[in-house]
Amino acid sequence: MESLLQKLAVENGLVLAFAVVGLVVLFSGAVSRHLTFGRIQGSAIAILLGLVLAYVGGRMTGGSKGLADLTCFGGLALMGGTMLRDFAIVATAFEVQPAEARRAGWIGATALLIGTFLPFVIGVAVAYAFGYRDAVSLTTIGAGAVTYIVGPVTGTAIGASSEVITLAIAIGVFKAILVMVTTPMLAGFMRLGTPRSAMVFGGLAGTVSGVSAGLAATDRKLVPYGALVATFHTGLGCLLCPSLLYLVIRALFPAHA
Amino acid sequence: MTLYGTTLLAVCHLLGILFGELLGRALGVQANVGGVGIAMLLLISARLYGHRRGWLDAKSEEGVHYWAALYIPVVVAMAMQQNVLKALSGGPMALLAAVATVAAGAGCVALINRDEPVSPSGQAPK
Repeated sequence: MESLLQKLAVENGLVLAFAVVGLVVLFSGAVSRHLTFGRIQGSAIAILLGLVLAYVGGRMTGGSKGLADLTCFGGLALMGGTMLRDFAIVATAFEVQPAEARRAGWIGATALLIGTFLPFVIGVAVAYAFGYRDAVSLTTIGAGAVTYIVGPVTGTAIGASSEVITLAIAIGVFKAILVMVTTPMLAGFMRLGTPRSAMVFGGLAGTVSGVSAGLAATDRKLVPYGALVATFHTGLGCLLCPSLLYLVIRALFPAHA
Repeated sequence: MTLYGTTLLAVCHLLGILFGELLGRALGVQANVGGVGIAMLLLISARLYGHRRGWLDAKSEEGVHYWAALYIPVVVAMAMQQNVLKALSGGPMALLAAVATVAAGAGCVALINRDEPVSPSGQAPK
């Protein structure tokens, strides 16, 4: 019996993923209505629950893909992977009011630039405080604070050690998870309510996964506006960190003889 | 037909990712530069153009709306496969860097958005 169920789960991975995720969303909606009386959005609870399950999955398998590393939940890797995530994000563009997007274009671009420089400077400062003094490590850790893709891309390009690259990825993943969890709590403080405000948020918070989940948990209508800007974030970071920003850091922290 | 909408979505997605890759190569970057954003702009343009020319009907649009509606479940599945262990493995330094970055970012967003009205409905101000 057990092997039959296992076989069923493995051969129907994606279908099982739809069923499991649907049940988690349903359960979260019920928790939202009955336990928090609608104060916390159902999708916010679902995302939090997903992260807890990812932790449990990681603990059980020691793998890097959370719950998706359990053989019977392999379909989650496809459903929540980059391909379908980006496909769904592009589909939300159908709801964009072009006039709104155009009106906030320049402020979105400004936010995007600040959203690259600010995390980088903070990352470098923290690395410095923890005793790093060489330009390569400082730059890689600063890049990790931009997104978890910019960190390893930069580190590989300028020849950082694998420990530093691992640390940069950890910072980026941590940031993405924090954005997912804290966005709904900070929505009032950040005045997230209009398309323009969502574009500013998308540029500054960076990390497509953080922004897409954070906005989904706050107000689904804002998702396309935030995502439109955030999807340029990783590209811009990969452009600036190993080049311009690395040169600046190298000038500030010349190698000791 | 509903599938036409999904086809339009798929073509925009693929073209956007392709342009993003080409842009990345042109800039000498080992990453896709805004591919998804370009795909979104293509889809927005296709929708406007299709409405004006009248070849985009409600039935075809369903093929896009379905995928847009799947967005939240897909994001929940994404959350389920985050490398939470890795994030925790970075220790206090990763924690401090991430918290400081998010706090500074949120402060910056609040500063830029200080004149925005707080309307949960997502309605734009005049």
